[in-house]
Amino acid sequence: MTTVTRGRRAAGAAFLGPGLLFTAVFVAVPVLLVLSYTVFQRGRFGGVVHTFSLDNFSRALEPTFRSVLVSSVVTAAVATLIALAIGYPVACAIARLPERWRTIALVLVVIPFWTNFLIRTYAWIVLLNTQGVLNDALVGAGLVDERLDLLYTRGAVVAGLVYVYLPLMVLPIYASVARLDRELGEASADLGGTRVAGFLRVTLPLSLPGVVTGCIFVFVPSLGNFVVPELLGGGKTVMVGNLVRDQFLKARDWPFGATLALFVVVLLLVLFALQSLVSRRYSVEAGR
Amino acid sequence: MSAPSAKQGPGLLWIPLLGCFAFLYLPILVVVALSFNSGRSALNLQGLSLRWYAEVFRDGDLGHALLNTLLVATGTMVVSTVLGTMLAVGLVRHARSTALDAFAMTPAILPDLVLAIGLLSFFSWAGISLGLGTVMVAHTAFGTAFVVAVVRARLVQLDGSLEEASQDLGAGGLTTFVRVTLPSIAPAVVAGALLSFTLSVDEFVIAFFTNGPSSPTLPIEIYSRVRFGVTPEINALASLLLLVSVVAVVAGALALRRTETTDDD
Repeated sequence: MTTVTRGRRAAGAAFLGPGLLFTAVFVAVPVLLVLSYTVFQRGRFGGVVHTFSLDNFSRALEPTFRSVLVSSVVTAAVATLIALAIGYPVACAIARLPERWRTIALVLVVIPFWTNFLIRTYAWIVLLNTQGVLNDALVGAGLVDERLDLLYTRGAVVAGLVYVYLPLMVLPIYASVARLDRELGEASADLGGTRVAGFLRVTLPLSLPGVVTGCIFVFVPSLGNFVVPELLGGGKTVMVGNLVRDQFLKARDWPFGATLALFVVVLLLVLFALQSLVSRRYSVEAGR
Repeated sequence: MSAPSAKQGPGLLWIPLLGCFAFLYLPILVVVALSFNSGRSALNLQGLSLRWYAEVFRDGDLGHALLNTLLVATGTMVVSTVLGTMLAVGLVRHARSTALDAFAMTPAILPDLVLAIGLLSFFSWAGISLGLGTVMVAHTAFGTAFVVAVVRARLVQLDGSLEEASQDLGAGGLTTFVRVTLPSIAPAVVAGALLSFTLSVDEFVIAFFTNGPSSPTLPIEIYSRVRFGVTPEINALASLLLLVSVVAVVAGALALRRTETTDDD
């Protein structure tokens, strides 16, 4: 008996070992290494000088950088809310389609997501260009007299973020709405509740875990994004991702870049804590 | 199950549904339409031709970048699939631990920018010079996590009784894995392999930070061109990539449906 257990334990270690080791060396160590840079200083020729200091943190809170951090959070949050406003009714609509059409609708939502991210962002440069199709249409329809500068604005950045991450909002909400027992809603109606009351009291709370997951899926990559702000904001709309990229690849101040990235990581951890709280409270199982 | 949903239907929700599809597809369809332009403009259709597609296929830099991408993606796929499958089996069958589960999934949850600057710092600290090899290692780091997720989902559906029977009959861990476990999770392993390949082909941010200057991957090459504005050649390239992803997603959905129906039998 003991030899069998010992053999199984050895087998377990053999299966787990290589993958865990790889993840430890190429994920855990690198991330901890770069986060440790936050308390060090930049060397004269780039590089990292290992003298302890908290200067990076006070510098990150200076008005120039603080305003970028705040505006990044606002931009990502606005994009998330717009994606939610579009994604929620869409997820509900898909859940109510007949089985066959549901699959087709889901595939249609997923296809753009599997198209290269840069290409999808590029499509908006073409669309929003001053000489582009949207301006042609607006002028052609007589809605505006002069061509609008749609590109290289914060609005273009928000539109781009909503566009590239919308599928990440639709799918988790769909998953939680589709699981809901439709009879639950009907029961509420039978008991004299109106449709609005049924939605507010039954559907909405039970779909909340999907909503929170969708919001995190959109907010987190939006916050750390530097491609969309660069390509659609044209350098005028700088987000925290751009700062991190520039500190690492241009200014070569890695400790300060790491400090700005730490901001994203901390926010992410807070959001995950919030998510587990909500999913524990409002899961379908808990509701019953 | 489908009866009440078919009866109820989306009602007024048709409007956001169709609006959403218009929002998702109009921008890319505009690019596809402009890719057939006969003129030099990337923004105004003057006439129809395939000249920009010919241009894409003649472009040596794009071909070179595509080759680099396929090289990295193939290496990533092979290593991620082996590591991820073993890790998933270990996590489900040998060590039930939420802490280890979470650790294995970390690279999939971590923002790409954080992993990118981490690996750049790590490679520089370890004195490893950047190139396609470092990109492959970086992609394998998160590819493994996605393989774990896919294979793990399949393993928890199966109960371990067959494997236990095999081991009780005296088969060793390796024999049991090859003869019993692997055949039953094969579709998930293939799905995981395809997922890690696709993710690697598409990945930009981590590749951008962990690649050397001499061997760009396709997304890096696209990025460096897109930064300098719109051209009809990029329109054609974008349309080709769109075509590839449409084919891949539809094929994937059909394959998934087939494995699901065979499961029901």
